Amino acid sequence: MSARNVNVYYGEKQAIKEVSIDVDTDNVTAFIGPSGCGKSTFLRTLNRMNDTVPSARVEGEITLDGENIYSSGMDVVQLRARVGMVFQKPNPFPKSIYDNIAYGPRIHGLASSKADLDTIVESSLRRAGLWEEVKDRLKDSGTALSGGQQQRLCIGRAIAVEPEVILMDEPCSALDPIATAKIEELIHELRGRYAIVIVTHNMQQAARVSQRTAFFHLGNLVEYGVTSEIFTNPREEKTKDYITGRYG
Amino acid sequence: MTAPMAETDHDMKRRLPTDWKSNAMQKRISARYASERRFRLIGLAAIAMSAGFLAFLLISMLSSGLGGFTRTEIAVKFDFPKAAIMVDPAMLHGVNADQALSNANLPAATAQAAIDTLGKGGDELLSPSAWVEVRDIIKDDPAILGRSEILSLPASADIDLAAKGNAPAAAEQAYARLDEAGLVSRSFNGGFLTSSDATDPSQVGIWGALKGSLLTMAVTLLLSFPIGVLAALYLEEYAPRNRWTDMIEVSINNLAAVPSIIFGLLGLAIFLNLLHLPRSAALVGGMTLALMTMPVIVIAGRNAIKAVPPSIRDAALGIGASPVQVVFHHVLPLALPGIMTGTIIGMARALGETAPLLMIGMRAFIASPPDGITAPATVLPVQIFLWSDEVSKGFVEKTSAAIIVLLMFLLGMNSIAIYLRNKFEKRW
Repeated sequence: MSARNVNVYYGEKQAIKEVSIDVDTDNVTAFIGPSGCGKSTFLRTLNRMNDTVPSARVEGEITLDGENIYSSGMDVVQLRARVGMVFQKPNPFPKSIYDNIAYGPRIHGLASSKADLDTIVESSLRRAGLWEEVKDRLKDSGTALSGGQQQRLCIGRAIAVEPEVILMDEPCSALDPIATAKIEELIHELRGRYAIVIVTHNMQQAARVSQRTAFFHLGNLVEYGVTSEIFTNPREEKTKDYITGRYG
Repeated sequence: MTAPMAETDHDMKRRLPTDWKSNAMQKRISARYASERRFRLIGLAAIAMSAGFLAFLLISMLSSGLGGFTRTEIAVKFDFPKAAIMVDPAMLHGVNADQALSNANLPAATAQAAIDTLGKGGDELLSPSAWVEVRDIIKDDPAILGRSEILSLPASADIDLAAKGNAPAAAEQAYARLDEAGLVSRSFNGGFLTSSDATDPSQVGIWGALKGSLLTMAVTLLLSFPIGVLAALYLEEYAPRNRWTDMIEVSINNLAAVPSIIFGLLGLAIFLNLLHLPRSAALVGGMTLALMTMPVIVIAGRNAIKAVPPSIRDAALGIGASPVQVVFHHVLPLALPGIMTGTIIGMARALGETAPLLMIGMRAFIASPPDGITAPATVLPVQIFLWSDEVSKGFVEKTSAAIIVLLMFLLGMNSIAIYLRNKFEKRW
């Protein structure tokens, strides 16, 4: 997935300025930066979730497998199935655990039979690291789970439709350290199978889970590179100031 | 000297530790407790007052209305072989029974039997419809024509009133004589629940109006619920925010506050004069009330839809649900309890509505229950209004009895609504 000269406006205000970036398929990419720097906005342009904001306007080109996702021929619904998303606050549907996972495959017609669907649900929950905890209560409401379990359920829901890319918008900011550790472990396991882009406020987290890091500041992409280099030997002064905690 | 002075100054400015035990503080605490108690008392008084009003309404309705569900009967000795009943017993089996009996001069025979049993003027003591019961008795058991039997026949409205202790002096005396002879009895008035409007209060029934109300409500619900919910969904989920939608919103809010009589005029002008739909029919009544109920459903629906957390929409969109799927799989089910609460409030208001229905002719005297939505009908509140306007004293308790039926109808409707709401309610 790659972006070229992307500008995003909310009404008159420009939130993203001339950002060009290539997201690596086999690696986890972290977007870091101070609050309001546009990293979440940019993440949401990658699967056109910003379409739901009436005042948002996107310029430039974002391609997925060489196809411009903002071209008129692109079907948004399919795009969002190919580029899944996990949100800041766990948001399971107020339905059973089973139905939460099965919803995506159902609406996209990915399962041909009930047994097929059962398999998808089990494998998705296994990959989300939740199967052992919930296998005996698939009929329980997804909202009855703990925060960390809910977030893993949401990840399971996203991977149930076999996306190419998973976008995670601060997936751990509402979770306690133990639940956070589990999510990070999960991200490690999912790496390689899906391209993962994660927005985080937590620089240690970015350093732990990602192989590539992009630093955003005031709508600009300041620096993008291998995570270990960004954190040990940043090229830009601003990046250095941010990761050493001078501001942020 | 200056330096120490400054330091003292600084010390003086430092605040002392708060004295939580001082008099002023104690006063503040007791004042706080007092205002707490006061507020609770006022709240309790408000509850007690509304409960009192409700109790007063219910008790007064029940005490004056329960009599409407009973009737007074007089035992009349009916000597069928002697009575001048001209009917061929062979005709009483099958479809021609009604025809045969209607020509059998039963009213005269009944009056004669009453005079024979009760003395001169005895026929006046029976309800004018007493012969109808005699007819039904004969129809059920034609063999009765061969013997003499004592029948309990409904008393006239005056005697009925006297039995309930509120009648002209002449009727009181007549009742006293009958009572002494042991001829009167009270029984449940099944006719009140199964028959329709009549001119004589001892014969009236509520079924016609109840059925009219049911049909009207059905039309109202079938029209206003889908239209209202779809309008609310479109306005919340699809419509762009601009001057037009603002105007529509203001108009809908206005519509919800328009006096109901104006909807009646609208119904009269459009449904009757322009579209030439049948007058006095449940169809037109339901359409008129739907106009009135729809804005209530739209407003309640929009609020319920707004209350669905945006995170649920995001979640569904995020795995590739189309906007329509988001609405029908997630938003609508979560908003449904709120929409239903609004619907039931609107329907309850429509059920109690009289004024617009008067305008479209539902105040006509209709003596048979409607057999469809295009047949002439009346509804419960209009029936109550009409009976409360009657001169005859017998209608007083019938009016109260009809109010009890209306309240029961409302209670049933609200119970169904609460049941449905609890069934669909989900927590997240």
